[in-house]
Amino acid sequence: MLLGPALAISAILFSIGVAGVLLRRNAIVLFMCIELMLNAVNLTFVALAQFHGVGGQLMVFFVMTVAAAEAAVGLAIILGVFRHTKSVDLKTNTLLQG
Amino acid sequence: MTENIFYVLGAIAIGSALLCVLQRSPLAAAMWLVVTMLSLAGMFLILGAPFIAAIQVLVYAGAIMVLFLFVIMLLNLGHPSSDLRGRASWVVTLVGVGAMASVLLGLAAYGPERLAREITGTSDFPPSVVFAAGEGARRAVEAQGVVGGIAGPLFEAYLVPFEVTSILLLAAIVGAVVLAKRRV
Repeated sequence: MLLGPALAISAILFSIGVAGVLLRRNAIVLFMCIELMLNAVNLTFVALAQFHGVGGQLMVFFVMTVAAAEAAVGLAIILGVFRHTKSVDLKTNTLLQG
Repeated sequence: MTENIFYVLGAIAIGSALLCVLQRSPLAAAMWLVVTMLSLAGMFLILGAPFIAAIQVLVYAGAIMVLFLFVIMLLNLGHPSSDLRGRASWVVTLVGVGAMASVLLGLAAYGPERLAREITGTSDFPPSVVFAAGEGARRAVEAQGVVGGIAGPLFEAYLVPFEVTSILLLAAIVGAVVLAKRRV
């Protein structure tokens, strides 16, 4: 029963994902960091599903579905923004800043 | 033995996640993210979730990352210049993420006994009594197979969330087509 190590690895992966979102300006890499955070949470769900029953694993199933939908729509938005500004750098996308 | 494999997979996952965040080229970052996801699939296997491990490889390392690679190659970004933020951002990130990580790493001290103690509020019950559901799930997997143990609860207790998920996927399909088609 590996609970502590799994939770620690999940915590580290989540922190790396947050750091990536805060440090990078490339919109695609930012999206990948969000996927990394979702994966870290999935690891927590699976680690605790050892004790709580199959509900935790099913929650991972739903998280993956939402992640797939989010990636499809998000990448379509990035494509639209790229057509508009010819860049995926968030520094140049200041249209909503006012 | 299994524990050692788990630690090695964890180290690979953390190392490749760091490389994913720090790589300049989005393509290289995507490949390192695939390595992270594959090692996470191995960890799911060790944690007793073979079905989730299979979906992790199929959906995450397969479908979602292919989507990312498609978009990266479609955009044809050329030679990537560094896109890291400035020094102020680094300081804020290190302080904020460090504080968050130090809180989250406290979770490493949790084992089955402590979890059972904090859930029940007393130390009278052993983990095997408190977490009978986990043992029941393991027995269901032994009786019905890996897929059967997951599919039973999915189509009985979790039927409504499952159907809501299909509506979400339909909305995502329509939304992605509309967004990608229109001239913005």
